[in-house]
Amino acid sequence: MSTADAMTAADLLSLLQGTVVTVALSVSGIAIGVPAGLALALLLWRRVPLLRHIIPLYVSIIRATPLVTLGLLIYFALPAMGLQIGPVTAAVVTLAINTTAFNCEIWRAGLIDFPRDQIESAQAFGMSWPHIVWRIMLPQVVRTCLPALVNEMTLLLKGSPAIAVIGIVDVTRAAVRIGANTYEPLPPFLVATAIYAGIVFVFVRMQRWLEAFSLRDEAET
Amino acid sequence: MIREFSIVFQNADRLLAGLANTVLLAAFGLLLALVLGGLLSVLLMSESKSVALPARALVDAMRCIPFLLLAYLVYYALPSIGLNFDNWTSGLLAIVIYNAGYMAEILRGVWMQLPTETIDAATAFGFHGRRLFMRIILPQVVLTAIPMIGNQAIQVIKDTAFLMIIAVPELTHAASSIQSKYYVPFAAFICAVALYWAMCGVIEFAVHRVEKIADARR
Repeated sequence: MSTADAMTAADLLSLLQGTVVTVALSVSGIAIGVPAGLALALLLWRRVPLLRHIIPLYVSIIRATPLVTLGLLIYFALPAMGLQIGPVTAAVVTLAINTTAFNCEIWRAGLIDFPRDQIESAQAFGMSWPHIVWRIMLPQVVRTCLPALVNEMTLLLKGSPAIAVIGIVDVTRAAVRIGANTYEPLPPFLVATAIYAGIVFVFVRMQRWLEAFSLRDEAET
Repeated sequence: MIREFSIVFQNADRLLAGLANTVLLAAFGLLLALVLGGLLSVLLMSESKSVALPARALVDAMRCIPFLLLAYLVYYALPSIGLNFDNWTSGLLAIVIYNAGYMAEILRGVWMQLPTETIDAATAFGFHGRRLFMRIILPQVVLTAIPMIGNQAIQVIKDTAFLMIIAVPELTHAASSIQSKYYVPFAAFICAVALYWAMCGVIEFAVHRVEKIADARR
């Protein structure tokens, strides 16, 4: 049986809706996680007391925690503690908490490798710390961290089906439902696979584009 | 809060049974994936395109799809072609197939970086074919790849949690069943997180020890 026989237009539409959910939730998680990871890495890098012990602990625990378990913990434990949240919020919080930890590690590695002489000369010119970070360090650190950050984005995307456990219908869940209805799991699964591959491809293209953009930026200045 | 944790501790046997399943799934899955990935890496390194290309396609496909999608595929699609496995076995099968792709890519990457001197020296001593691979290439590749294999092991442990969705009684499944029976979400899942953390700690420690041994041998 061909794909067209087994799946109706409504099935394809539900896969498309699942795609929107997957992309929206993953991008929300990334939009929170990339800057939050940077903030934590900067706090670590400046050796802020107390936080320099808490942040590595957070990173270590989250690195070891499956997204499924984290999702269940947030979705069920927060309401039990009196904080009412819906599945969508819980999903975004789960993905953000997860990816923040991995991004923190990536940013931290980028900051450690940053040449000290540039910072010292910037200080000699009387630049303030926020100014040094924003104008001197970030433009360069972003470039070195970009491949690892994009890699982490694709990992988050591949982990995102975990949020199905709190009842969200993403691409994977939509494909499973169609498979269960048509008794033909293979066609929707192949379409879902193509969708994930397509999203990963877009991420990788975006990385190339950003790299070209930052190089052009440098050439102009 | 204390009451919640004491309920979880009263059900510690269920949690530990889940832990045992997670450990078994991850350990067998990793071992079989390593063997299969080793074979795949040989195919990837093959000079014949008709051998290398299908292997490349399989590895790339595994690296593109989420683990849960493959687990569902193994769970739902295999019975439709007449292969019936129980949940545990199809979970294990999904882990092995998925991670064989990643292992093949890790081993191939290390293999490409291998200094050619040792291989040249071995060929000069008359090693070739299977003996060259088993005695000269493989030991070096595996020792160098240990940290990456360790990272993948942590990934495998975390991926086993997905298997609760196809009703495999692993650690998260156990925590979830305790929570739904007694409504102790925080304590149940925090205990599960602590156990995952401990497992990853063991792996990191083991990788550290093996690396020391590998350094001593170099």
